[in-house]
Amino acid sequence: MSKELISGAEALMRSLIHEGVDTMFGYPGGAIMPVYDALHDHQDSVRHILVRHEQGATHAAQGYARVSGKTGVCLVTSGPAATNAITGIADAMIDSTPMVVIIGQVGAALLGTDAFQETDVMGITQPITKWSYQIRNAEDIPWAIAKAFYIAREGRPGPVVIDFAKNAQIAKFEYEYKKCNFIRSFIPVPDTDLQSIEDAAKLINNAKSPFALVGQGVILGHAEKELLAFLEKGNIPAGWTLLGGSAMPTDHPLNKGMLGMHGNLGPNIKTNECDVLIAIGMRFDDRVTSDLNTYAKQCKIIHFDIDPSEINKNVKVDVSVLGNARQTLALVTKHIKEADHSDWIATFNECEEKEMQLVIDSELNPKGKDITMGEAIRKISEATDNKAVLVTDVGQNQMMAARYFRFTQSRSMITSGGLGTMGFGLPAAIGAKIGAPERTVCMFSGDGGMQMTLQELGTIMQEKTGVKMIILNNNFLGMVRQWQELFFNERYSETNMINPDFILIAKAYGIKGRSVSSREELDEAIAEMLSDDEAYLLEIKVEKKGMVYPMVPTGASISDMIMGS
Amino acid sequence: MELYTIIIFSENQPGLLSQISSIFTRRQMNIESLTVSASSIEGIHKFTVTTYATSNTIEKVVKQIEKRVDVVKAFSYTDDDIIYQEVALYKVATDAFLDDAEVEHLVRRYNAQLLEITRQYVVLQLTGHTDETQQFFEALKPFGVMQFVRSGRVAITKSSSEILSKFLQERMKQQG
Repeated sequence: MSKELISGAEALMRSLIHEGVDTMFGYPGGAIMPVYDALHDHQDSVRHILVRHEQGATHAAQGYARVSGKTGVCLVTSGPAATNAITGIADAMIDSTPMVVIIGQVGAALLGTDAFQETDVMGITQPITKWSYQIRNAEDIPWAIAKAFYIAREGRPGPVVIDFAKNAQIAKFEYEYKKCNFIRSFIPVPDTDLQSIEDAAKLINNAKSPFALVGQGVILGHAEKELLAFLEKGNIPAGWTLLGGSAMPTDHPLNKGMLGMHGNLGPNIKTNECDVLIAIGMRFDDRVTSDLNTYAKQCKIIHFDIDPSEINKNVKVDVSVLGNARQTLALVTKHIKEADHSDWIATFNECEEKEMQLVIDSELNPKGKDITMGEAIRKISEATDNKAVLVTDVGQNQMMAARYFRFTQSRSMITSGGLGTMGFGLPAAIGAKIGAPERTVCMFSGDGGMQMTLQELGTIMQEKTGVKMIILNNNFLGMVRQWQELFFNERYSETNMINPDFILIAKAYGIKGRSVSSREELDEAIAEMLSDDEAYLLEIKVEKKGMVYPMVPTGASISDMIMGS
Repeated sequence: MELYTIIIFSENQPGLLSQISSIFTRRQMNIESLTVSASSIEGIHKFTVTTYATSNTIEKVVKQIEKRVDVVKAFSYTDDDIIYQEVALYKVATDAFLDDAEVEHLVRRYNAQLLEITRQYVVLQLTGHTDETQQFFEALKPFGVMQFVRSGRVAITKSSSEILSKFLQERMKQQG
């Protein structure tokens, strides 16, 4: 069989198409120009979204991946483009998002010479990627790209960087593609020990007060149905981590709310009262556990995870069940008995009532004239019949949205959890809308985070991406201000902001918008925003000193949530 | 804290050393010694790292190393589990041998080897554990040691089965 002689750049395009890539996010430049030239011939099969900054490309690819389950793809040039992409790569690593980032590099002959726009991409990215590889010879392209997608996608997903030297983009070689389905040094899904399933089932069957912690592993493993079957058969109440948001519907009777620092009271209190704690696809992040010395000391702990290095990393567990949650949950469900824990489940009511009385009621039905963040979020959620995809930025807007947005289907919560990247929201929402064009995408941001990646309004304009952007504007870096109020004697060091007219900015990009500051206008503005599928920027001027409660102060026990000032 | 020997087998890919060392750096652990070379299995590289840590930390570090895609397997051992050795070289002025018979006695007592003799200096070699090569260094010191170097540790496990070869055979079967 004679093989065709093609350029490395063309080979990359064909390799991407082989991997099913039909969408990518990027920005051209010197060291990647041959690839952009090749892309020009494949515009019919690959949609390239031209962002306004490479950080935007990475977050957009993350949003796309998180909403669709596909691997996000970025294409950027060398040097400053590579370093601009770092934040999104690090974010995808800590939040387990499948992503392949192709970065141009100077020609191999120039490597190591401090050439123009050369940077040590391998050195910089290795600690924050699942895998990084430098292509210096065109012949490496097919297997390196095949490996990149296999590694990014399989097992616990993560970002892969391909550092693509310019000479390899230009050189011609005999192209032949073969998909990767095996790497001897890489075991994406560890074998499940059946004994561990039996041990877990035994603990669960003997439990009087079991409690489950639901993480993103359930979503990444497509285990939503298996999760509900497991919880329902065992009659086990559950709390979810920030990234586990939307893994189960908000109104499911066993869904007891969010865990962690700004989570719901019940899930935090009950973690320290249950007799068996069942962690599923979560990694006991410090924002969930707070003080480890007082965390879940009274109970047996079972940990379901796909990543062996997460077992006993932060919390020592009694039984670990390795494998994909979809398989392991199904297996353990077979081994558990149908149970009735209604008395135990009823004990959550007291916490719910307390939280409703001390926090939620005043947030959703405020007595003051100022709009609160919580009420705006809940109104918007309900106006979409709780069917929208929620994308958040980072800070108070994020915690409030996680608390008050409601979910009816999975893959509806896109947020920067581990890295906590301000500026994530807007580009991630663009990616989410492109990944799920039939769904409404509501992006909540603060006035601070919005201005970190504001330039992506240009991407929305060019691509006509119908993102619904909501700025919860308190003219403050709200979360930092909240900490200053609580822990730094109200010394508001560099947290108040003088902001531009966001609606005028939107207008400059041809995006409709409206600013509201009174409750009377809110419903109408929301209805206007949701009346079509076009981009819309809704600025809501919210109360200036809103606080996110309840809260576990840093270093405190999760049993000691502050309910308000 | 105890001294652990971590043996890592990896694919022969560039950048592996920095991936491994950054896992130690992030946990603020010092690498006491490091030896890298091709292993007996073609295409597989072997890293031997020694470090002081608690058993709890070592377990986590080994798992994090093994998680790297190009790492095939990583194992940790205490000194009881392995036969290990280091090599040390000493450069001593030839005059020291001529002037004092004690130097020759030391060479005999420690079973050191003479690698090279010139009019100016003699190069001695001693293999052994760190404390042994250190003792020899201390003993030679009064006679003037112009240079002293010690290698990282190399180690062979005491277990009767060769885990890595078995693992690779299993993996090749899985590939089909």
